[in-house]
Parts: sequence; structure tokens; C-alpha cells
Amino acid sequence: MSILVIAEHDNATLKAETLKTVAAAQKIGGDVTLLVAGFNCQNAVDAAAKVNGVSKVLVADNAAYEHQLAENVSLLVTELAGDYEHILATALTTGKNFMPRVAALLDVAQISDIIDVESSDTFVRPIYAGNAIATVQSLDSKKVITVRTTGFDAVATDGNAEVVNLDTVTDAGTSSHVSDELTVSERPDLGAAGVVISGGRGMQNGDNFKLLDGIADKLGAAIGASRAAVDAGFVPNDMQVGQTGKIVAPDLYIAVGISGAIQHLAGMKDSKVIVAINKDPEAPIFQVADYGIVADLFDALPELEGKL
Amino acid sequence: MKVLVPIKRVIDYNVKVRVKADNSDVDLANTKMAINPFCEIAVEEAVRLKEAGTATEVIVVSIGDKSCQEQLRTALALGADRAIQIDTADSLDALNIAKLLQKIVEEEQPQLVILGKQSIDSDNNQTGQMLAALTGLPQGTFASEVKVEGDKVNVTREVDGGLQTVALNLPAIVTTDLRLNEPRYASLPNIMKAKRKPLAVKPVADFGLDLTARTKLVKVTPPAQRQAGIVVESVDELVEKLKNEAKVIS
Ligand SMILES: Cc1cc2nc3c(=O)[nH]c(=O)nc-3n(C[C@H](O)[C@H](O)[C@H](O)COP(=O)(O)OP(=O)(O)OC[C@H]3O[C@@H](n4cnc5c(N)ncnc54)[C@H](O)[C@@H]3O)c2cc1C
Repeated sequence: MSILVIAEHDNATLKAETLKTVAAAQKIGGDVTLLVAGFNCQNAVDAAAKVNGVSKVLVADNAAYEHQLAENVSLLVTELAGDYEHILATALTTGKNFMPRVAALLDVAQISDIIDVESSDTFVRPIYAGNAIATVQSLDSKKVITVRTTGFDAVATDGNAEVVNLDTVTDAGTSSHVSDELTVSERPDLGAAGVVISGGRGMQNGDNFKLLDGIADKLGAAIGASRAAVDAGFVPNDMQVGQTGKIVAPDLYIAVGISGAIQHLAGMKDSKVIVAINKDPEAPIFQVADYGIVADLFDALPELEGKL
Repeated sequence: MKVLVPIKRVIDYNVKVRVKADNSDVDLANTKMAINPFCEIAVEEAVRLKEAGTATEVIVVSIGDKSCQEQLRTALALGADRAIQIDTADSLDALNIAKLLQKIVEEEQPQLVILGKQSIDSDNNQTGQMLAALTGLPQGTFASEVKVEGDKVNVTREVDGGLQTVALNLPAIVTTDLRLNEPRYASLPNIMKAKRKPLAVKPVADFGLDLTARTKLVKVTPPAQRQAGIVVESVDELVEKLKNEAKVIS
């Protein structure tokens, strides 16, 4: 079987999540090709060539792919699709954007957010905010899949794949990139961090998120948030953890001033160890926490920082 | 400019779903149902475009059995002008939903189609993008801002790294994210008025499409339950447990 995995990257770096999507491809079993579609993306290509278990890296380096516009990337993937039985992308905002477009152009269903592989046509995925786990069989000859990275362990990066440059350019000409407003942070990515500390509505304002900084520094943690904290404007949207935000599964997740709504739990309940700091002993977050502390966060956070 | 808003009837977001004892599916019997929250945001955005004078008509469409008329009426009460129910008892794959919507787009020729980015039941996040592919239109997914300017629409998107703005030629497809707007509540007079707004029912068979299922639900199981944890009495105890019991910090 031949499997095409579309690399998640920003031209300069290959996103670590790609290594997990390749792991999903290996679990399906077959010859894995990695596609890097971007612009001035040599650094990402170099990294892609080192991903273990990949036999070939296809490169489409053109301005049409610089910002991963779905209209253009989906045409490229559709053009390449003939050679593959499985096409995989990472279930992050880029893959979620272009992949269903690929599926529809190929006239096949998409299986979204798989967390496990049962066989080459049967996959496991959470539904209803993770309150049910569905096993789904694809009846199409071609399988278009997005992979939830928390379900798979990253492959190593000491490989040496062949790099093949493509000269196809697929520019739909119907959309263009205007601007990016990206959050700049020295901290690890939410998806990649071993420790995540998240604040909720209980933080009261954006300034108080500084109380999480010292702890995050000491633990090398990423900082996340609940929807309520994002909606209230305390912190930017890319920090939202949950059903409709980022899905994380670190070794340690610390929820501060977060009640534990099902939509939030959907994004973090597969964490190895969960700590909850909340002043309400009835808060549902305590039902999933390994260690709970019923306390005012404004007392507990400075004390915790001091004792780490 | 016409705006089309496809909406879905789903479980109420406050309700935790149960899995059937025979693991065949989830159990929705006697469950509180509602308009999918992201679809509600889509309706609100369309109504605001009409109030701003940008849109002239807002059409809502839902695919399902008669019960989804309840959600269509809700959308009409929120300010949509007319509704279409595509009548089917089957639960269809996103691809087949997109194929039906493509027919409605061909018929109604909207300049903008606004959908929710995902439904909170199947959590697929597919329909808008698939409709965009089938109609050949550009897409602005996960929108937190939509600005129509001449023959283009600028869509600001919530992406992993922050925000990205794209310009799309109209007609275009937009899918909503949570920060796009805060939907209004329907007022009682508007709920009454909605009862008299037009709602057309179209049998799915009239579309002449092959809607064979492309996926098979093999089984549905409850998620693994976490072991109940403990409540610690002090920050000292917490740090001690994390170091020596859980061994997640050093
Ligand atoms: C379609 C949809 C999608 C959604 N997607 C997501 C998602 O992806 N992620 C997400 O998080 N939510 C999501 N939600 C929202 C979710 O339903 C909840 O509203 C949200 O998670 C609540 O955030 P919160 O816990 O911060 O706020 P609240 O529920 O208000 O909880 C605040 C908590 O802080 C505690 N607290 C207050 N002050 C203090 C103090 N001084 N010290 C200690 N504790 C304190 C309180 O006891 C309370 O438990 C979604 C909702 C919908 C409808």
C-alpha cells in the first residue's frame, strides 16, 4: 500500500506533529511518502527527509503554497492522489482546512481526527466531545484521513529519504493571503509541551495570567486557557484548549480557575496527570483531576511558584 | 446579496451523551436537542449582514426529518427570511450533505454561504470545505471576522498560531468560529412571526443524487474513565505528590 502524508510546516520548520501523523501512517502499514507544499521551504524539506519511515519526500515549492491556501493545496494533493490508497494530514487548523476539500474533489468521505488504526480501512475517533468513541470503516477505495496527534507517538528523525521536486503548480486564483497576526511566544507549543498550565474565567483578567508565567518557566510548560478566558479577551484564541480548540495530552496538565465543562475536558482529559486548582469543591474538573486543591488561586499560585 | 446558512439539529451542548448498551450508537432518545452552536453563530452573522444592508435575504436550510423544522423555526425567529428542509430519515455523511447543499447553491445562487465550522455531535469539521470544493468556490474557515468589500470578502481565521486573514472572490463559503459574534436570543414577537415565514419541504429523492453511505459505523463505546483522584490539603502536599507519587516534576 502507498500512503501520502502531507507535512505540517511553516516553510522554515517542520511541525513536530507531522512525526505523529507519520506514526499513524506506519500503523496503517505501507510505503510512506511525505509531501511538503510551501514556498522557500528548503528547511522544512531538509527536516522532512530525516523523518523515519518515509521513503520519499515530494516538494512543491511555489508562491501558490506559501500560506497553505486550501484552494491551491487541495488541487495539488488531488492531482497527486492517484498513486496512493491513503492520504493523511494532521488534524490541526491547516489540515482541517484543506483536507475535506481534497476528499470532496476525490469524491470520497473523510475520516476526521483518528486516534487509532484498527486496520487499513477501519479507524477509531472520538465523537460528541470525546464522550463516545466511534469505530468507523471507510467504504471508499481511497481513504482521506486527518490524524489527532495525541493518539500516536512521534517517529524518530534519523532517516534519509529521497527528495523529489515537483514542477506542478496549482493556483485556483480565487483566494489570496492578506495578513497574519501570529502570537509570538518563547514557550513550547501547546501541542508539544510535556507540561501545560491553563487558566480559566477564574483568572479574572489577562494581567493575572502573569501568575502562571513563573510556574510555566519553572516547569518548561506551555500556557493554555478555557474558552471563557479567550472569549473574555484575557488571552488570544490560539491558547484555547478543548473540543473546538487545541487537543493536548501532556504528562502534566494544571487547570486553574477552570470549572471543567465537557467541551474543555474534551481537549485535555487524556493528559497523564491532571491537577485542578479551584475554589469550588463541587467544580466538575475535580472529577477528572488526579490531584485537586480547593483553594483561591490568588493564594495557591504564588505559593506553588515559590515551592517548585 | 443572498446569504445561505445551512444548519444542523444536534444534542444540546449542555447534555452529556450516553452510549447505547449494545454499542451500536449513542442514545439520543428523549435528549434535549438544539441548533448546533456554530450554526447559530452562522445565522447571527447572516442576520447582521442583512441588518447592515449588505445582505438582502437570508435563507436557512437543514437536512433531516421533520424534527429539524424546530431548528429552522428558531433560525427564522433569529431573523432569517425563509427556510428549506431537505427531508430525509437517514443520517448522511458530510460528503452527501455537501452534495445536497451544492444543489441548493445552484438553485439559489447565494453570494455567501455561512456554515458552522463543526457540529458538536460528529465533530467532523468537513461540510463547509466539501461544499466549497464541489461548488469550486473559495473558503474562509474558522472565521472570527467577515468583511464584505465589493466583489470580495475578507475573512479573518482562527488558526493554530493566531489569526490569518484571507481575501476571497465572491461568491464564497465561510465557516464560523466561536469569536465571530455572540448570537442574540429570539424575542417572543419574533418567535410568533417566525411561524408565518415560509418553510419549504423538499424530499431528498427529488434531488436525484446517489447518496450511498461512504462510511460504516462499526461500533460506539464509552471513553476510558479516569480513576478518581484525591483532594490534597496544601500546596506542599501537592508538590510532594507530583514529585514522589506521580513523578511528573523533579
Ligand atoms: C460550541 C461550544 C464549543 C466550546 N468549546 C470549548 C473549548 O474548546 N474549550 C473550552 O474550554 N470551552 C469550550 N466551550 C465552553 C464551555 O462550555 C465552558 O463555558 C467553558 O469551558 C468555561 O470556562 P471556565 O471553566 O474558564 O469558566 P467557568 O465555567 O465560569 O469556571 C470558572 C471556574 O473558576 C473558579 N474560580 C473562580 N474564581 C476563582 C478563584 N479565585 N480561585 C480558584 N477558582 C476560582 C470557579 O469556581 C469556576 O469553577 C464551548 C462551548 C460551546 C457551546
